[in-house]
Amino acid sequence: MWGFYFNELIRSLPFFLKGLYMTVAVAGLSLVFGTIIGFFGGIMRASRNKPARMIVGAWVDLIRGTPFLVQIFVIFFILPGIGIELEAFPAAVIALTNLTASFITEIVASGILAVPKGQREAATASGLSNYLQLRFIVLPQAIRSILPPLVGQYVLLVKDSSVVSAIGVVDITRVGWLTVQRIPEGLMVFGLVGLLYFAICYPLINLSGFLERRMTVASTKL
Amino acid sequence: MLEGFNFRIIWEYMPLYMQCFAATLWLSGLSLFGAVVVGIIACAMRLSQSRILRSIAGVYIETIRSTPLLAQLYFFYFGLPSMGIMLPEWLTGVIALTLNSGAYYAEIIRAGIQAIDFGQIEAGIASGLSYIQRMRFIILPQALGNTIRPMLGQAIILVKDSSLLSLISIMELTRAGQVLTSERFTPAEGFLTTAAFYLIIYYMLKAFSGWSEKRLIFREAH
Repeated sequence: MWGFYFNELIRSLPFFLKGLYMTVAVAGLSLVFGTIIGFFGGIMRASRNKPARMIVGAWVDLIRGTPFLVQIFVIFFILPGIGIELEAFPAAVIALTNLTASFITEIVASGILAVPKGQREAATASGLSNYLQLRFIVLPQAIRSILPPLVGQYVLLVKDSSVVSAIGVVDITRVGWLTVQRIPEGLMVFGLVGLLYFAICYPLINLSGFLERRMTVASTKL
Repeated sequence: MLEGFNFRIIWEYMPLYMQCFAATLWLSGLSLFGAVVVGIIACAMRLSQSRILRSIAGVYIETIRSTPLLAQLYFFYFGLPSMGIMLPEWLTGVIALTLNSGAYYAEIIRAGIQAIDFGQIEAGIASGLSYIQRMRFIILPQALGNTIRPMLGQAIILVKDSSLLSLISIMELTRAGQVLTSERFTPAEGFLTTAAFYLIIYYMLKAFSGWSEKRLIFREAH
């Protein structure tokens, strides 16, 4: 019986690849949007403007304090009630972008705040505008401490994208869930699901670790 | 937006929410306890002299960290019955959560122990402290100070992750939102109430994290 199911599973491999494509699409789009929004959010969170800091802080707390599953349900089921109809795919991308952006905001903000204050003061004394300070003094130094956790965040992003299967996006996890109804070998089916995620996440985790070692060496040299 | 927001329905369902709130608390509490135990064991194995133990712990930690919790949950939920092991849903959920967070706790504890300068231990030996005294007065206070914040952070993640248990039809907070939504067609009331309960847990743990850090680190510094 096991062999029969194994052959069945091999035959449904194209279905799994479709799911893999969907996971990469959802995670990839959210990665790009989330990183852009997160950088702006982080700059605001580390700025001297108190209202901006507090608003961004409250948003981050709200997103960090609630489970991603609940956030997806809120976006998918409540927004139609106020006139915004969304398909499952855009709803998933919006929810995941929102989640990623809030975490990247914290990473970027703490990276910026870790740059010694004297650097900014020297830049101000040299007559650099706020934008120029950020562009040439603060961000190039902050990026060292931002990059490793940023890549780590991308790993979480890929893993969190599995939750969008709950609103019917046919990603790897959903494919596994559908397949297991037909091939009742849970260990085998979800072993394959896990393998596909592993193939994406494991290199990213190692990249994050590599960057961390690399950046530590680079900053001690300074 | 909140014109039609019906507090009466929420009040009507409050007993259900309280019951589910309690369920979330004990499910995550049980998993948290299990995860810390698993984490300590996995960390001890990872730091041990034996090569076999080291690689078992390594495979466990890397596998868990590279795959999503939802895939792990389905792996046990669909996989255990196919192996002939029938467990109640809540136990399957607790096992998945425990093994998932256990891997992260192993890494947190390892980082905390390895952050302690070896010179401290040498100084302890040179001062004639016994092994227990060194553990009690030198290593553990510092390791606890180093790890209390990431440990509480992981506890927050664990509570949020427990929302995924609703997908294998365990009654907890997120499920309560789903029940209200499907019985009364009021997703806003259902899921925003659920989110509010999670936020209560989040802010309590966050406040505790800030307080404990101040206490522990402050004591270390003096």
